[in-house]
This record gives sequence, C-alpha cells and structure tokens, in this order.
Amino acid sequence: MRPLPAPMSGTLRRLPLNAGALVVFVLCVFPVYWMVLTAFKPTPDIQAESPVFLPTSLTLEHFSAAVDADGFWSFWRNSLLVTAGCVLLALAVALGSAFAVARLRWKGRRGFVLMVFIAQVAPWEALLIPLYVITRDTDMLDRLATLTLVYFMITLPFTILTLRSFLTAIPKELEEAAQVDGCTRAAAFRRVTFPLLAPGLLATSLFGFITAWNEFAFANMLIIKNQDDRTLPVWLSSFSNVFGTDWGATMAASTLFALPVLVLFLVLQRRVATGLAGGAVKG
Amino acid sequence: MTRPATRTGPAAAPDTAAAATAPASAPVPPAGRRPAVPGALWPYLLIAPTVLGIAVLLAYPLARSVLISLQHYGMGELIRGGAGFAGLENYREILRDGEFWQVVRRTLWWTGINVVLIMVIGTLVALMLQRLRKRMRTLVLSGLVLAWASPVIATTTVFQWLFSSRLGVVNWLLVRLGFDSFQDYSWLAHGPAAFTVLVLLVVWQSVPFVAITLHSALTTVPTELFESARIDGAGDWRIFRSITLPVLRPVFGLILSLEVIWVFRCFAQIWAVTRGGPGGATTTLPVYSYQVARSLHRYDLGAAAATLTVLILIAVLIVYFRQMFRQEAEL
Repeated sequence: MRPLPAPMSGTLRRLPLNAGALVVFVLCVFPVYWMVLTAFKPTPDIQAESPVFLPTSLTLEHFSAAVDADGFWSFWRNSLLVTAGCVLLALAVALGSAFAVARLRWKGRRGFVLMVFIAQVAPWEALLIPLYVITRDTDMLDRLATLTLVYFMITLPFTILTLRSFLTAIPKELEEAAQVDGCTRAAAFRRVTFPLLAPGLLATSLFGFITAWNEFAFANMLIIKNQDDRTLPVWLSSFSNVFGTDWGATMAASTLFALPVLVLFLVLQRRVATGLAGGAVKG
Repeated sequence: MTRPATRTGPAAAPDTAAAATAPASAPVPPAGRRPAVPGALWPYLLIAPTVLGIAVLLAYPLARSVLISLQHYGMGELIRGGAGFAGLENYREILRDGEFWQVVRRTLWWTGINVVLIMVIGTLVALMLQRLRKRMRTLVLSGLVLAWASPVIATTTVFQWLFSSRLGVVNWLLVRLGFDSFQDYSWLAHGPAAFTVLVLLVVWQSVPFVAITLHSALTTVPTELFESARIDGAGDWRIFRSITLPVLRPVFGLILSLEVIWVFRCFAQIWAVTRGGPGGATTTLPVYSYQVARSLHRYDLGAAAATLTVLILIAVLIVYFRQMFRQEAEL
C-alpha cells in the first residue's frame, strides 16, 4: 500500500469507516424513530403517497386514540402489576437464597447452587402446555397471579446467581467491622452490605422488569377467556383487531408500551454500570 | 467465575444471624453459646421459597409435560380428566408425520440463517466500533443500546408498519430504487417474503447484544498490544488472527450458543407477525407445538412435539460444542 500524505490519509481512510458507522446508526435508530414519528404525525402525512420523514406539524390525536381504546388502562395496569409483582417477589426470594449461598455454610449448598444453574436453562417453551393444563386444573387460568408466579420463576435463577456473585464480592470484613462497632448482625447487613449491593439489585430488577414487561407466550396462553386481564404485549400483538389499519394509533400504543423500558434503561444504565464501590476495603 | 467468599469466621456467621432474628420468647443466649437447632435451620429457611418455586413451577410442569406426551390427552381429557396411558404412540404419530419433518428442516434453516447473519454482522459492527473515534463510537453505541432496549413486541409491531403493503416505507424505498414490482407488495402474504421479514426483524433485534458484548470483550485488550503488534510489522489480517480472534473466541462461543438457543426458541415475533403462516411458511417448532396443542386441542401431540424440540435443541448444541472443542484441540 502506498502511504498517503499524513493529514489526508487520516480523513480519507476514515471515510468508509465513518460512513459504515452512520449506516449502522441509522439502521438501529430508524425503526424507533419511525415509530415515534408516526405516533405524532397527522393522519394525512401518514397516508401520503411518499413518506414524510421530517414532520411539519405534530399531533397528539393518535395518543388519545390509543389511550381511549377499549381497556387500554386496564392492560397497562395489568402489565405494571404483573411486572412489579414479579420483580419484588424475585428480589425478596433471591436475596434470601443468595445470602444463604454466599454467607452461610450448610450441607447441600453445592447441590442447591447446581439446581439453580440448571433452573436457569429450563426449557420454558416445553412448559407452555403443562402449565396451561395445570393452571386450568387448579382453576388458576385467567389470573394475573399465575402470570406473576411464572415470570417470577423465569427471572429467579438469574437473580439469585447475580446477587450471589455481588454478595461474595463484598468482603465480609465490612459487616464484621460494623458489628465490632456495635451493630447487630441484621443492622450491619442493612447498613453496610445492602448499599453496596444496590447496583446488583438494580441490575437484577432491570432484568426482571424487561423480562416480565415483554413476555408474550405465557401471557398469550394463560389468559384467554377474561380479555380484560390481558397484558400489553398480547393486546399490542393483536393491534389490527383494535385499530385496523390506523397506524398512527398503533404506533402511539407501541410508543407508550416501549416508553417505560426505554426510560428505565436510560435512568438506570449508568448506575448499573457504575458497579460496586470498588475501594471500600483498601490495603 | 465468581470470587469465593472470604471466610474468616466460618462458624460465627449463621449463628449470629439466627440469634438476631430468634423469636422473642426464646431466651437470648449469652454471647459465645448459641442454640444449635435454629442456627442450623436458618439457611434452609432462606432457600425454602426457591426450592418450593423450582419444585412447583419447574420440576412438576416438566414432569407433567413428559407425562402428557405419553397419554391420550385431547379436549375431552382436558375437561373431564382421566387421560389414558398411550406409551410412545404420540411420538410415533409425530415422527411419521411428514409435516413435522418439514417443520424441523425449516427450524434448522431458520436458526442457521439468523444466527449466521447475527454473528457476522455483530462481529463486523464490534470490529468497526473498535476503530472508530470516540464521538462516532458513542453515537453508534447509543443507537445500538436504543435498538437493544426496545421491547420485542413494540419493534415487532413497528416492522409490520415498515413492511406494510400500501404505505410501508420499505416498499416505497424499493420502488424508488427501481424495483417497481414492490408497488403495494404484500410481504406477509407470500411465504418467502414473510420469512424474510421475520429474519430481518430477529437479526435487527439481536445484533446490538452481540455487537455490544463483543465490543466490551475487545476493550479488555490493552491498546498497547495492538500498537506493539503494528510496530512489529503485523498487518490488519495478522493482527485480527493473532490478537483479536483469540481474545474473542471464548466470548464468541458463549454468545453463539446463546443466540442459537434464542433464535431456535423464538415464538413471540413469529406468532405476532404471521402466526406461522402464510400456508405454514414460517412455522418453526415452537409455533408448531403451540398450534397442535391450541388449535387442534391435541395437548398430547403438542407436549410430544415440545419434548422433541428440546431434544433437537440439545442435539444441535452438543454438535456445536463438540465441534468447538475439536477446533480448540487443533489450535
């Protein structure tokens, strides 16, 4: 290769690279942009022969159409209830198990950890039919509690394993020092370990939230008769029954569905990434 | 993987925990002597909910799935109960069915094409990220995170809008580019076209995870390593083979198997967009098993298909891991 003059070579050689980067960026962002844009576009613009990429006027009519759609708020509430229930339940149960595994010594600990590892790779698609049959037999069909329990079980193994590795990374000496200073064991855990565990709790809650908020197959299978108990993903997947070809309202509904996850992601991402208070124990 | 717990006072920990929460009625033991039974029981109390959950919500349904696949279990049995034992009859019925084998072939093809596209594009994007300047890199990374964080069903709906026949942007663009046959083309009414839309959707949803993970694996390599290799006269290809590839190999293997599992099991996107249609052109194994169970009310056949799905997935992964270990041994 013949070397170009130094300043020229930089810009020129970077040109294809930067162009490629722009293409990747546009391909990633465009569908999301198009969703939000369509949600705000006046109907004539949506139905224009050639698409309008930069809107001249915006409207909120699609959002009001989406929100006014039959049962929107109850689907929204259902999704929120199921998701929050799943996250809280998984956190509470996983915290206990992770503590037992990371801090206590007992017989059968290895076996338990192995069981959790196996549970993490459970073939959930093979559980659709038996869970349908079982919930039907036990009269638990069409109930949000059933969905909450299923999502709890889907997220539990990951939550336990993550919290466990966070807990083992927090030195026990910190708690012991607090106890020497007069804290009870419980207070030492609450005041010293718990704050250090915060990034782990955030990361696992985020995981639980996204899993439960997005889950489709079980929500589609376990809630059938009582249509008011459906969750947002199932409702959104049948948008053509609700909105027909009203793409503005469909995209407004999609935006409202995506919004909590995107906001959570943006808010929590930095904190999760900050990770542990690295220098808690020095020397 | 994780650091082992530091154990300075092995016996002290569980007992103090028990003492702190012992019921008020129990006499508080003097420091140094503790009640033996509650202290020993404490860990088991803590793991009890997990064990219960795994037993009731995982182990039992899994066993029940196998049982149902060995029974005659249709609409009648679902309502009245009293399913009779059928032995391997359901499996025989499925394995003799030509449609099942067609679905298996389609699933393997679906998994193969998606995973290859995802891994190739994801790797290229990761390598590109590595070479970008900081501002450009931040831009692309934020785009990737946005696509990654967007909920599956939301983007699935958006893709249906993008590929909509009359007002969809894709058709408009293709017509503008001179492919006039795409005027009002109905993607979801044609088998191969619907399949293509689903592949594009799944690839779009999966590439960000692969690219971001591979990129963060690459950033663990000190830049000095690349620089010194360059000073020693190594070309791009040589650097890729001798530094980048070995660094990426373990992460790459892990991601590849995750993607195989994820794409193979993919249900929500397919069901939401095509329900396995048109004419079964997008029916993969998970969709097939669902259809057999729910539309035909043959829960026994559905359960058998689900069991076979899991077995096929395990077989695929075993083949893959053996291949990987063989390659590892050759190096």
